[in-house]
Amino acid sequence: MNLYDQGLLDTAAGFAAALVLGLLFGFWLERAGFGSSRKLTSIFYFRDWAVLKVMFSAMAVAAIGLQLLAAMGVVEPLQLYVPDTVIGAQAVGGVVFGLGFVIGGFCPGTAAVGLGSGRIDALVFLVGAGIGSMAFAAAAPAISPLRGLGASGRSGVPELLGIDPMTGAIGLLVVALLAFVMAHAVEARMRRIPETTES
Amino acid sequence: MNTDRPFWNPYLAGAGLGLTLLLSYVVLGTGLGASGAIARLAAASTHTVASEAVENNAVTGAFYEGGSPLRSYLVAMFVGTLAGGLLSAVSAGRAAIAIERGPRASVVARLGAAVVGGVLAGFGARLSLGCTSGLALSGGAMLQVGSFVFVGATFAAAFAAAPFLKRLWR
Repeated sequence: MNLYDQGLLDTAAGFAAALVLGLLFGFWLERAGFGSSRKLTSIFYFRDWAVLKVMFSAMAVAAIGLQLLAAMGVVEPLQLYVPDTVIGAQAVGGVVFGLGFVIGGFCPGTAAVGLGSGRIDALVFLVGAGIGSMAFAAAAPAISPLRGLGASGRSGVPELLGIDPMTGAIGLLVVALLAFVMAHAVEARMRRIPETTES
Repeated sequence: MNTDRPFWNPYLAGAGLGLTLLLSYVVLGTGLGASGAIARLAAASTHTVASEAVENNAVTGAFYEGGSPLRSYLVAMFVGTLAGGLLSAVSAGRAAIAIERGPRASVVARLGAAVVGGVLAGFGARLSLGCTSGLALSGGAMLQVGSFVFVGATFAAAFAAAPFLKRLWR
């Protein structure tokens, strides 16, 4: 039983819970340094891989936690909302989003934290993101084939591979740990290379 | 130069974030999100000057099914995220009105890039049905195929474009 399952997300209880969860979310993002656009973008210059470390450790902790809670009967995975998979739209959307990330220096959640930290560039990014959302709404009828490209509904990697979800979550942890080792190796290498200022 | 010093260990922050996401799934039954609230705030703002166009649009019209686009847990979460960032930045002594940019970037270039990047990120997030929070992180924790497709596409595009944007950041 949860608020989504009971249709109570958009009630006073849902707003209160979402506000508190948002507070925690913003707190952790800021503590990680993600209110700073230069910190966020430095991964793309191979110097500081905090974005990867934070994102994949959070994903692995939550994935394993979810499978443990499911095994204990605390959560029923099918009662949880998950975003649909629309492979084509998400591949194209991901490319557009990634360009926005490296050009603008933020993603939506980190821009909220940047604005909370007083960054004008974060406010401007958020205004841009609002304009982009409205541009999408205006373009939606014209691009409807793209919007539905590769739609496959709720689609989990474990089901695709024919493994059980806990094995999938542990697999995600292993991939994350390998990525962390690689990130530290690249960071150590880059520390020996002084930054050039010629473009 | 080590810019990590004032920030917390990324694995500690990541674990905290993961537990927060877990709590969100248990209590709300859904993960964390950010871009949905921005779309709703943008629709409500546009509504003040073009109410019919916003209500008749297939995407933004759906926001009015519950009355106002702002009557959504997503908006409450966004307000919380902003406030959580403020609280953390103030308590860590990092809150400052500033325009953050690379040492060689002008203010005009930085703010121009911020608005262009914002437009692309906003559009891309709507096309993808979520952003780094709702699709990549929350869907990824539920091991969803689309989440990993999005993560791969996002990082590939950002890494590919970064060399052309060096003057902005480094």
